[in-house]
Amino acid sequence: MSSVLPERASVTEKSAGRGASAHAGRARPRRRALLTRGSVPYLLIMPAVLGFAIFKAYPIVSSLWISLTTGSGTDRSFAGLANYRRLLNDPLFWTALKNTALILVVQVPLMLCLALLVALALNSAKVWLRPLWRLGVFVPSLTGLVAAGVMFSVILNRDAGLLNWVLSLFGVDRVNWLGSPGWARVGVVLVITWHYTGYNAVMYLAGLQGIPKELYEAAMVDGAGPIRRFFSITLPQLRPILLLTVVLSTIGTLQLFDEPYVLTGGGPDNATLTVTMYLYNNGFKYFDFGYASAIAYALALIVSVLGILQVRLMGERR
Amino acid sequence: MKSRRGPLLTLLLAGAFALCVGPFYWLAIAATQEDKDVFSWPPKLLPGGHFLENLRGLEESIGLTRVLLNTLVVSGVQTLGAVVVSVLAGYAFAKFEFRGRNLFFVLLLSTLVIPDTVMLIPVFQMMMDLGLIDSYQSIILPGLVTPFGIFLMRQALRSMPDELLDAARVDGAGELRVLWRIVIPVNRPIIAALALFVFLGSWNQFVWPLIALRSPEMYTLPVATATLQGLSTTNYAQVLLAAGIAAVPVMALFLVLQRQFISGLLAGATKE
Repeated sequence: MSSVLPERASVTEKSAGRGASAHAGRARPRRRALLTRGSVPYLLIMPAVLGFAIFKAYPIVSSLWISLTTGSGTDRSFAGLANYRRLLNDPLFWTALKNTALILVVQVPLMLCLALLVALALNSAKVWLRPLWRLGVFVPSLTGLVAAGVMFSVILNRDAGLLNWVLSLFGVDRVNWLGSPGWARVGVVLVITWHYTGYNAVMYLAGLQGIPKELYEAAMVDGAGPIRRFFSITLPQLRPILLLTVVLSTIGTLQLFDEPYVLTGGGPDNATLTVTMYLYNNGFKYFDFGYASAIAYALALIVSVLGILQVRLMGERR
Repeated sequence: MKSRRGPLLTLLLAGAFALCVGPFYWLAIAATQEDKDVFSWPPKLLPGGHFLENLRGLEESIGLTRVLLNTLVVSGVQTLGAVVVSVLAGYAFAKFEFRGRNLFFVLLLSTLVIPDTVMLIPVFQMMMDLGLIDSYQSIILPGLVTPFGIFLMRQALRSMPDELLDAARVDGAGELRVLWRIVIPVNRPIIAALALFVFLGSWNQFVWPLIALRSPEMYTLPVATATLQGLSTTNYAQVLLAAGIAAVPVMALFLVLQRQFISGLLAGATKE
């Protein structure tokens, strides 16, 4: 990368020289050279910088400030750390955090293991109709969360839902998927898993196809069995993508909002209330912007800490 | 043993396929039923004759045409804008040396780990102050800068040989011309992939429009669908039809541009 600048500089000099020898106006090439090396990159990033300043940097700082104030709507007064103290003693916040954490530790590993299985199957040369299956498993991730939520709120209906009907064919009694606290969590996990497994599987498939065949051939010559090959070649080679999917899924799950909002509204008995949903309720139902911002910052802190931890744990040996 | 693994894996994948696609089949069926038949036991597994009736019902209850138009305008403009911003910035980060380049790039990427929910309240206040709540602008503007898009374009454009650009410059092309005549055509597939990703996210976005939109005639499809479902007199056949209508355009786009889509996913996932 560092060689780019001198190279380009020499080219512009050359073109300037050529322009002069052809008796062209001297001003034009020189002005162009100036544009190239000076202002052009700044002009190119200008829209991004403006948007970044207005819609990312300013809100991040502003949110921190708002989290230190109380009052409703725009009528605010400084309150120090009051919102954060309130947060620590708010049982509902802890419930929301616990729900979110529970979904995180159950759903993310489950989904990523499933995705890896699907990817391994898709990657096998012996499978027929591979493009069709790949397409099919990817399709759910194209669906909007609201559309998926609405669809599953009916599929998971206790009395006449499709899932209970399919289960009844196997002699399983009707499950109250969205109506009882425990099953509602399972229901939310099911829907998220349905939604994102295929997406992750296609990412893993990409990773699998990038592994050099020679590695497997060499391992087979050395007499390594399929299980040994999986743990000694496949998993280590997939590490960057595994890391990416773990981090992305963690960030996504910690911000979970749409699915429980549409499926259960956070109920029953707050069993599926998530942190973002609690933030939304405080900010846009009760208009307590200060408290909602404190929740946002607490969430940002948790996301960053987990993200950094994951990169440390999984990314170090690269 | 070895010869048996093919059929077994195929069967396994067919099962996964059925689990993934099955709900859509059921959705399509349910959207053609009368409301009371959506919740029949056993569930109806063949199409009913009420598709047009449900469509008319949706037009009455949420103003389907207007809502679809809103969604299309918001997603279209947002996609176009975000792609332009990303290509310009990605090109600068990939092919130019300038002061502050690395610092700004790192700043930009670091916002990826900050949850979007942090921005909700300040951006809401900003839009209130500007009098933009309940407008297209309030939905479109915040989505124009996508760190992911800029990152994706930078990765893609970096692998373009400098010789190609320099050759054009030597021939007397200005920077805009180089961008328009070389950079964009050469990278059309990845730009298409980016456009798809942005469109998908924009078409389906929910939380922010839910907050920023007030009047039902400004609603986008996901917001209208969700509010419709919240009513006590919900007509589920109609709600499901709305969900289906939301899903169809993105699936059609995906089918047409499948190759670009997957290559974009791979570019984002595998490049350093």
